[in-house]
Amino acid sequence: MAELTYREAVARGIAQEMARDPDVVFLGEDIGKAGGVFKATVGLYEQFGPLRVRDTPISEQAILGAAMGAAMTGLKPIAEIMFSDFFAVCFDYIANEFAKSRYMSNGQVKCPLVVRTGNGAGSRFGAQHSQSVENWCMMIPGLKVVAPSSPRDVIGLLAAAVRDPDPVIFLEHKSLYPIKGDVPDGEIVDRLGTASIVRPGKDATILALALMVPRAIAAADRLKSEHGIDCEVIDVRSLVPLDTPTILGSVARTHRLFTVEENPRLCGWGAEIVSIVADEAFYELDGAAVRITTPHIPLPAADILEDLALPSVERIVDRVKRAMES
Amino acid sequence: MAKAEDRALAPNASLNDDIGEEGRLRMYRMQVEIREAEQRAFDLFLQNLVKGTSHLSLGQEAVAAGCAAAMKPGDLSFCTYRGHAHTLARGVPIEKVLGELMQRDNGLMRGKGGSMHLTSVEHGVMGSYAIIGAHLPIACGAAWRAQYKGQKDVSVCFFGDGTTNIGAFHEALNFAVVWKLPVIFVCENNLYMEYTPIGDVTAVPNPAADRAAAYGLPRIVIDGNDADIVYRTAAAAYEKARAGGGPSLIECLTYRYSGHSRADPAKYRPEGELEKWKERDPIKIYRERLKQFGVSEDIIAGIELYAKRRVDEATEKCKAAAPPALDILTTDVYADGGFAWRN
Repeated sequence: MAELTYREAVARGIAQEMARDPDVVFLGEDIGKAGGVFKATVGLYEQFGPLRVRDTPISEQAILGAAMGAAMTGLKPIAEIMFSDFFAVCFDYIANEFAKSRYMSNGQVKCPLVVRTGNGAGSRFGAQHSQSVENWCMMIPGLKVVAPSSPRDVIGLLAAAVRDPDPVIFLEHKSLYPIKGDVPDGEIVDRLGTASIVRPGKDATILALALMVPRAIAAADRLKSEHGIDCEVIDVRSLVPLDTPTILGSVARTHRLFTVEENPRLCGWGAEIVSIVADEAFYELDGAAVRITTPHIPLPAADILEDLALPSVERIVDRVKRAMES
Repeated sequence: MAKAEDRALAPNASLNDDIGEEGRLRMYRMQVEIREAEQRAFDLFLQNLVKGTSHLSLGQEAVAAGCAAAMKPGDLSFCTYRGHAHTLARGVPIEKVLGELMQRDNGLMRGKGGSMHLTSVEHGVMGSYAIIGAHLPIACGAAWRAQYKGQKDVSVCFFGDGTTNIGAFHEALNFAVVWKLPVIFVCENNLYMEYTPIGDVTAVPNPAADRAAAYGLPRIVIDGNDADIVYRTAAAAYEKARAGGGPSLIECLTYRYSGHSRADPAKYRPEGELEKWKERDPIKIYRERLKQFGVSEDIIAGIELYAKRRVDEATEKCKAAAPPALDILTTDVYADGGFAWRN
């Protein structure tokens, strides 16, 4: 067992897979000699050399296109897009190319690749370097979408993503890079499509992802100690495939559902889950499902404004308490 | 500076016999088969048997034949939505291509891709890409794999003149040169992006070749209507790439006889332009070439008759083929064969 930061877990996860399989290669901007702008890939260039850890120009289309061409001809590339906001300049590959090539070719073309990216708010970077874009990705048939919240999950889910035969979007939360967590020794491999009950409870189910997971846990602790409301917190971890049995099973026990989403309100991931619950577990619910989200706004740079926009521990506590009391 | 089309019309055929009779007959057969198959595709469209859209390469057959003939097994082709010719040139059966255009179960992708996405991995046709420029970086990635694994295949990426004005073209060129990748970029300059003359919207007269210097590459502009010239240029570029010499950018001057797509009657062309280019029709040029090398009229006519018969047979098979099975609607979205997005 070792205590690692989330950013150290990224490097360990990549190293674990590169050491295991010589077909795993890694490319992106400033990832090699510089160790990544978030210092999440430090040491990989030195360990695996310039042929496997390749610095690229600022060419996001070339990065994802090259990853796809390499994947369809036998490699297992990990591509880094520095900020998830930059998906917008290379979205053709995400939305049109590697997501659809298997289907369009009637199964001939395979694209086993991983796109890692720094996602999410909290760094006071403003509207073009802070977004949570998991909902941009989960709506595209052919993609898998993963967002870990702990150092252990970073390694396990990254390994699962690299070994997966489909293209996987791997969303690392920028504000989680410095957090620490215990990580077991040896190889860690998780399974995509598995949510995790990170805090059991009986009165209400709170679903959260990435940075919202620690906030949901802190809110649940306060709801229990201050208001006697015992919440179950589920780290969704994998939006596609989605672990609906775990979610529906929890709702069947607690009969209340809350989602905590960093996405702007419209078409956030929670909307899809609430729709599934409405379809399949409506009569399990004792009250309306409640989505706690960022408002439908671009993110501001100023700290007090950004903090106001994102679901906070206080806002989660308040919304859950009000809903449970009504 | 001479206009691009004037340079293309300059006499530059060569009687150098480096290609040999077998190679020459093969390239003639390819060009004639592509011409017959594409004309048939157009006829079938008029009969409402080809649906959706299609983009023909009538008049551009020499580029496909010359480039494919110079390839070795294992080399990879990356095509555009105007990709029937390049797909056929790699040996994909006519029936599979027409079947896909006619949305039949015998089609190359059983109707799931359509005319713009012809793909046959077993023939090295790694896809036809319908978003302009997307496949240039993808071809770089395939070439990167060859370089990384020490494999000797080359990736050949075909695109039109219009592609030279999109960002992915420039990202890919820079990337390929910096990484010294075994990738060959082949621009088919047919003078029109879609409906607009390429010269009206491009800063330089030769949209690909005049950009080569920006990436430290030699300027290569060739007569794309002469399959021998295309073959020799492509072969030299492939050889350089296989030897570790990095990428090439080749601009082939050619002309498309039909409109951009089936919906385009090409009314924007100046009067007489089409007729002028038809005087230098690639098949006409190559027919003469064969005769100059002493190939008999009987053999030439036999090739033409055989191509027509093969296209006729393929057409009949496709007409008799069933539509796609309905259960393939949801197959092959994910690697498990299905489309499940939830557990």
